[in-house]
Amino acid sequence: METTAIRGRLNWQAARVISVSWETASVATIELEPPDWAGHRAGQHVDVRLTAEDGYTAERSYSIASAPGEPLAITVERLEDGEVSPYLAGELRAGDELELRGPIGGYFVWGPSDGGPLTLLAGGSGVVPLRSMLRHRVSTRSGAQARLLYSARGWEDVIYRDELGQYGDGIRVSYTLTRSHPPGWTGHTGRIDSALLAEVAWPAGANPLAYICGPTSFVEAAAAGLVGLGYPPERVKTERFGATGGR
Amino acid sequence: MSLASRGFRPQHRAPAGEQARLPPGQHLTGGFPVLSAGPTPRTPLEEWTFSITQAGQVKKSWTWAEFRALPSQAVTADIHCVTRWSKFDTEWRGVPVDRLLVEAAGDAPYVMAFCDGGYTTNLPVADVTGGRAWIAYGYDGGPLDPEHGGPARLLVPHLYFWKSAKWVRGLDLRETDEPGFWERYGYHIYGDPWKQQRYAGD
Repeated sequence: METTAIRGRLNWQAARVISVSWETASVATIELEPPDWAGHRAGQHVDVRLTAEDGYTAERSYSIASAPGEPLAITVERLEDGEVSPYLAGELRAGDELELRGPIGGYFVWGPSDGGPLTLLAGGSGVVPLRSMLRHRVSTRSGAQARLLYSARGWEDVIYRDELGQYGDGIRVSYTLTRSHPPGWTGHTGRIDSALLAEVAWPAGANPLAYICGPTSFVEAAAAGLVGLGYPPERVKTERFGATGGR
Repeated sequence: MSLASRGFRPQHRAPAGEQARLPPGQHLTGGFPVLSAGPTPRTPLEEWTFSITQAGQVKKSWTWAEFRALPSQAVTADIHCVTRWSKFDTEWRGVPVDRLLVEAAGDAPYVMAFCDGGYTTNLPVADVTGGRAWIAYGYDGGPLDPEHGGPARLLVPHLYFWKSAKWVRGLDLRETDEPGFWERYGYHIYGDPWKQQRYAGD
């Protein structure tokens, strides 16, 4: 396994907010310009720190949405009962400064040398690090074939919808909508299960590498499903966020 | 020195009485989030063992029945995850690691916990002895759920919770402190939440 050597201490730094753009009614992508950034790998995250006037701080981690080589961006889902996400996806504006440090994480990452084919399973905003991987795959012209299955509540909740619809050769995107679907919807509906995985994921015989990111219940079902289809557990990398919206 | 965040109005400030129990950079959660690097392993209890090993030798091994017959303790502890959630007063049941090391007659300065699924994490023996660590198989009055590390996990509440290895199957006694799984991927070699030792170099 490839490991990441972190260069010394990861210091907090004030990044300038370049833009805030809305992906859905509750999800924003924030483009950032940190003064000291040596680049990142697809799948890594950053830590963000907010400080109130009286010095109180709140920290959270967010997956990096952009591909290596692109300006740093995070995509944040506004959780109404959250503390940091309503600020990031609501209050923050271009020109503000945001404290962050990173990049962090060396396991849930993909680069061309990791190869493929790739089975990518996303639950809700768990699509963010997988989108970084897809963009990286495109920009490096990697030959790794990728299949993304994206589980979202409804079509209006799908993040990066236009972009995901434009990927061409070598990337296949499928959706399953768990709560509502538009009239005439011909895609999948309902929660992820073995039958759906058998239909959309690479068969185990192709020796795929799987990345799964989403809420715990989604990741548990998806990972167990792939193992049930014969994926070796060590080829299934997972990243989960808790029901309390920690990420 | 932190930069004030324009327009940030905290929503989740812990009550004054709880702030002293909350390490820096952490926030309280009422739930029990799950974080794991891979699929949840499910080893049948009849195949489960817990072992103390050293230099390639098994010094002592317990079957599930033997392990469950060992004297256990009820533990109430605050736990702190490196991803920033903390949870107060979690209730566990487990076997003190002290007892296991005594039975195995094991002695070394470090251990590497090893687990189903290939996960490992390194700790000084001083941190898993002295009544500070358990092999926990009970949570909140019931068995420990597989997604939280059942049938048994290491419980070392005074360190960040990645050190409390899920699905633990044994401790390997070591002469040197070698990095385990997350430690190789840039996480701190020791992981003291009160010193915010999250990543290498912190």
